[in-house]
Parts: sequence; C-alpha cells; structure tokens
Amino acid sequence: MAVMKKKGNKELPPISTASLPDVIFMVLFFFMVSTSMRDQELLVRFRLPDASEVQKLEKKSLVSYINIGQPTPIMQAKYGTATQIQLNDSYKTTKDILDFIAAERDQLSEAERAQMTVCLKIDENTKMGIVTDVKQELRRANALKISYAASKSLGYE
Amino acid sequence: MPTNKRKIQEINAGSMADISFLLLIFFLVATTMNVDTGLMRVLPPMPPEDQEVQDQKVKERNLLLVFVSASGNIMAGDENMDIHGIKDKAKDFILNTYDDENLPEKEDQEFELPDGSKWTYPVSKGVVSLQTARDTNYDIYLMVQNELTRAFNEIRDEVAMEKFGAKLIDLPEEERNVITKAIPLAISEAEPRKAIKK
Repeated sequence: MAVMKKKGNKELPPISTASLPDVIFMVLFFFMVSTSMRDQELLVRFRLPDASEVQKLEKKSLVSYINIGQPTPIMQAKYGTATQIQLNDSYKTTKDILDFIAAERDQLSEAERAQMTVCLKIDENTKMGIVTDVKQELRRANALKISYAASKSLGYE
Repeated sequence: MPTNKRKIQEINAGSMADISFLLLIFFLVATTMNVDTGLMRVLPPMPPEDQEVQDQKVKERNLLLVFVSASGNIMAGDENMDIHGIKDKAKDFILNTYDDENLPEKEDQEFELPDGSKWTYPVSKGVVSLQTARDTNYDIYLMVQNELTRAFNEIRDEVAMEKFGAKLIDLPEEERNVITKAIPLAISEAEPRKAIKK
C-alpha cells in the first residue's frame, strides 16, 4: 500500500499489460482446438465439384485421403498433365492402394477400424474410368466407407 | 530477512505475450480450419474370388437405370433426361405412390420404435443403378449422385414429417435410424461400361 500512495501523488499509472498473455493464450487455445494440422502437401491440383447434400466428415483421425487430379504446376514439368493419384506424399498407381489402406488401417485401433472412412478428393474434370479403378481397388482392400469430397452449395437451380 | 522488507522481486512477465504470440502465429500457419464435406457412400463388398460372377436377379420393375454417357447426357429409365428431372424421377420410382405395376414392389416391414410400439412401413424394393462410361466426367457423375441423394433425403424427410412430425435432422438418433432403415439409400454403383453397344 505504501507504494500505491507514493504513486497516487504523481500521474496516472500505466495500464497493466499483465493480462495480455492470458488473452493471447486464450486465442491460441481456441485455434489449437478448432483447427487441425496440415498433414500433407498437395501434389495434385483439384477443384472439388459442388453438391448440396454433403455431410461433414466427423472424426479426422479415422479419415484417409486419396487425391486425384492433375499434378501441380511445379510437378508438371516432370510428370506432365496426365491425371495422377496421390497417396501420402507421392504419386502412386491404383495397385498401391491395397498397401496404402492396409497401412492406414494398422494405425487405427481394433475398435476404430470398422469406422475408417476414405475421403476421395477428386478433381471435377477427372474421367470416371480412373475413379472406378480406385473404387474397385478400395472394395478389394475392404475399405467400404467412402466419401466423395464436394464443396457445399445450395443447389443447381 | 532484508528481502521481505523491500518490494518482492517479480519475474518480468513482459515477454510472455511475445512468446504466446509466437505460438499463436505458428498454429495459425501450421493448421487448417476447413472441414471436409462430401457425399457418404458405402461400397458393396467384393465377392470372393472363387465365386462365379452371377447376375443378381433383380426384377425389371425394381430397377431404375441411370446412365451417364461420356458426353454428359443422362438417361434415366428409358428416356433422355435433364439433370433437374432426375430427383423427381427417382422419388416417383422409390415412393410408387399409386402402386403402379411398372414401378418397384413394396414389402411391409415392421420397425420397433423407441417408445416400444411397432410401425409398419412398406419398404420399397427399388434400386437405382447408376452407370457411367469410362470417359464420363466426374463432375456430372457427382451431380447425378447428389440429385439421387437429394431424392432419398427428401423422401426420408417427408416420411419423418408424417410419422414423427419433424424433419429427419431434428429427430433423436433412434428415430432417425428407424427412418433410415425404412428408406435405405439404394444406389448401386456398377462398373462403367466398356463400350456402349446399342
């Protein structure tokens, strides 16, 4: 109190910034909870088609991603513009999907395996042939829950 | 103790804000916020290798063939169709309100409601078969998928409204499951045709 009295005689005390870290930490925790880690770099370029009846993918840890589309401009020098399938961090063929699914499944616990979902992020200009090959391969790998990634729109009308 | 008499030496917390700012910026950069959305489907399991491929006998009236050609033309049943007509066509097909002989059969099934009572609903045996050519574009395929999903969702909403007085999304989970079982999402995704022979 003695300190307070001394200062009271002089000018106004500066605004305390002691709570600033708390505020920032609060914002930080908000971001930590509401966002998820960017887990892989995109090697293919895709524009997702629009759909109105989309559902949210619930648990991110149960989702594996398969990206299909043209290589990104940087990679096009090496791979051309033919449609590629990206699994993890490299271009693969449909034959690698079996191994990919097996590896992804191993990361999950026994109880979660049935819930595993494969999210197919496919560029809208892809031909159905390659999509069907991937789907057949997924059936063979017994990964039956799939989600055709699409962005939410209100409809075509 | 001499220290007690003087002002207590505090740790300077001024840089705490800087540290938390740094962490905040790291998380802003390293994370993504977008939620993945998509059309959920369950693929049919692969038949065992040794099993001979046999055509599943589906009566003609129970099957609605939707074919999307390489040029993006849509054929539903026997007629050429615009994308906007698909939904109503599929709805009419599944509902078969007037028990038309050319539209799918229905089979009365009993469902147990959460409150213990029984509910009989004529479950349609209809299956929408979606076929594409290998050169069909993915976006038109997904558009058709979306329209078909919309048809089923609308039927479910209507039935839920009639039975429980609320839309499907507002129902408790048990009731939602009953509705989902009463109107199963019967979309079969066959392999694309190698070539169209017609």
